Amino acid sequence: MKAPEAEAGPLAVRPPEAGSSSPGPAPVAAGRTVSGYSVPGEGSSTLISVVTVIGLLALWWIGTHLGWIRDLFLPTPEKVVTSFGDAWKGDIQGGRPLLEHFWWSLVRVFAAFLLAVVTAIPVGIAMGVSRIARGIFDPPIEFYRPLPPLAYLPLIVIWFGIDETAKIILIYLACFAPLAMAARAGVRGVMIEQINAAYSMGASKWQVIWHVVIPAAMPEIFTGMRIAIGFGWTTLVAAEMVAATVGLGQMVLNASNFLRTDVVIMGIVVIGVVAYLFDLLMRWVEQRAVPWKGRV
Amino acid sequence: MSKLEIRHLSVNYAGRGGRTTHALHDVNLALDPGDFVVALGASGCGKTTLLSCIAGFMEYSDGEIVLDGKRVTGPGSERGVVFQKHALMPWLSVVQNVEFGLRMRGVDRPGRRRIALDKLAHVGLEKFADYPIYQISGGMQQRVGLARALASDPEVMLMDEPLGALDALTREQIQELILLLWWETRKMFFFITHSVEEALFLATDLIVMTPSPGRIAHRYKLEFGRRFIACKDARAVKADHEFIRLREEVLHVIHAGTPEVAA
Repeated sequence: MKAPEAEAGPLAVRPPEAGSSSPGPAPVAAGRTVSGYSVPGEGSSTLISVVTVIGLLALWWIGTHLGWIRDLFLPTPEKVVTSFGDAWKGDIQGGRPLLEHFWWSLVRVFAAFLLAVVTAIPVGIAMGVSRIARGIFDPPIEFYRPLPPLAYLPLIVIWFGIDETAKIILIYLACFAPLAMAARAGVRGVMIEQINAAYSMGASKWQVIWHVVIPAAMPEIFTGMRIAIGFGWTTLVAAEMVAATVGLGQMVLNASNFLRTDVVIMGIVVIGVVAYLFDLLMRWVEQRAVPWKGRV
Repeated sequence: MSKLEIRHLSVNYAGRGGRTTHALHDVNLALDPGDFVVALGASGCGKTTLLSCIAGFMEYSDGEIVLDGKRVTGPGSERGVVFQKHALMPWLSVVQNVEFGLRMRGVDRPGRRRIALDKLAHVGLEKFADYPIYQISGGMQQRVGLARALASDPEVMLMDEPLGALDALTREQIQELILLLWWETRKMFFFITHSVEEALFLATDLIVMTPSPGRIAHRYKLEFGRRFIACKDARAVKADHEFIRLREEVLHVIHAGTPEVAA
C-alpha cells in the first residue's frame, strides 16, 4: 500500500550493504500460483451481476411476449424502446422532446444542489468549529431532516407558489441536511495532532480552520455531496408533481394519467440511468479532489 | 543565549465527577542549547503531559515554563513538535508539508520553497519533494515530520515518541538521523520514549519518570550520543559494557517505580 521506494539512508551514515550477501540470480517461480484463504463475500461479483440483469431482461421479454401479463401493466421491452424514440422526437403527450424534459430536470436538481453546496457546507463547518453555530443550527436541521419532502411540500407551495422557486427550494432542502451533516462530521474527524501541529508552526485560529480543518473535512464533504445529489433526484419527482409542465418527473406522472405504461417505464429508466451517471461523475471528481481518502 | 526552564510544574486534570488526576508533580528541568533531554517512563507517568505543557497544547496548574525569559502560554513556532502519528497534511505534497509553517507566517513562495528543500535534503528526502505523503513509507513520513519541525527553525524540538510506530530497523536509522540533526543544529531537544535503549542512545540528559503522580525519579548524564557522533557506529556504542550496564540499571529503576506491573 505504501512505500514505493526503499527507506532513504540517513545522511550516508550507514554504507549501503548491497552485495554483501548476494543471493545470486533470482529463482524462477515454480508450481501453481495461489491466493490467500478467502473471507466471506470475497471476490468479484461483476459476472453474476451481468447474468442477473440479462436474466431479468429476458424474463421481461418472455413474460410479455407469452402474454403472462397484460400490456397495460407491463408493456414489452420493444415498446419501451419505441417510446424512447417517440419521446426523443417529442411524439408523446405534451409534445415536448425528451431532451427538454431532461434539461429542465437537470437545471432544477443542479440549481438546488449548487445552492446547497454553497450554503450547507459553510453551515456544517461552522457547526463543527463553533459552539454557537452548532447551538443555533442543530435544532432546525435535526427537526426537518427526517421529514419526508412530500410532508412539507404543501407548505412550500403555500409560501412560494407553484413556479420554479418552490421546486428548487424543495430539492434544496432535501440536499441541505445531508450535506451540512457531512461537513460537520468531517470537521469533527480532524486529527487533533494536525491542528496542534499547525498551531505549533505559528498558524492562527482562522488559518487552522482554512488550511487544516476544511481540507481534512473534504473527504466527508464529498461523501455528503454524493448523498445529497441522490436525495435531490429522489425529491425531483415530488417537486415536479406541483403544476410542472415539463421535466422527467412530470413526464412520468403525465404518462401515468394516460396509462402510457411504456412511457412511465422509459422515464423511470432514464431517471435511474442519469442518477447513476451522476454518481459515477461524483466518484470521478472525488478521486481527483481527495486522492488521500482512506489512505492515511 | 536561549534557555528553557521548567520550574515546579504541576498538572491536575479535572476528571469527571469532581475527581482530579494529579498528572505531574513538581517537575523541574532546565535545557540549554545542545541539550538532548529524553523523558523515559511507562505509560501514565506524565511524559506526554509534560511535552504538551512545553508545546503549549495544555495549561498547567502550578509552576511555570519559561523560554528565553518569556512564559509559555500557548503553542508557538519557537517550539517545533514532532508527533507520534506523523500528523502531516495528506492534501499537501511532501515539500508543501515542510513549508506549511513558513506559509502560515507569510514567507514568500520562493523563500519558503528554498528552506523546505534544504530541510528535506537534511533528512535525505530531497528526491521525494513532490510525492504525496500517503505514498511514502512510515519512516519517510516521520522524516518529513522532522523536516517540517526544523523548517520553522525552532529553538526547541519537542518529540513525542516519534519512532514509536516504526519497525525496529527503520527506528534505528532515524535515531541516528535525529542525533546528526541535533549535533548539526545544536538546538534544545526534548524527546519522549518508552524504549530504554533509545533513551540511552540519544540522551545527554535522561530523566526517568514514574507515575501517580508523574514526577522525575532519576536523572542521568549520558554521552552515548556524542560517542556515536564521533565514531558513527551505532552498534559499537550500543554493545558497549557501560551501555548495557546502564540499560539494566534504568530498567530496574522503571520497574521499581511501577509496582503494579508484573514484569
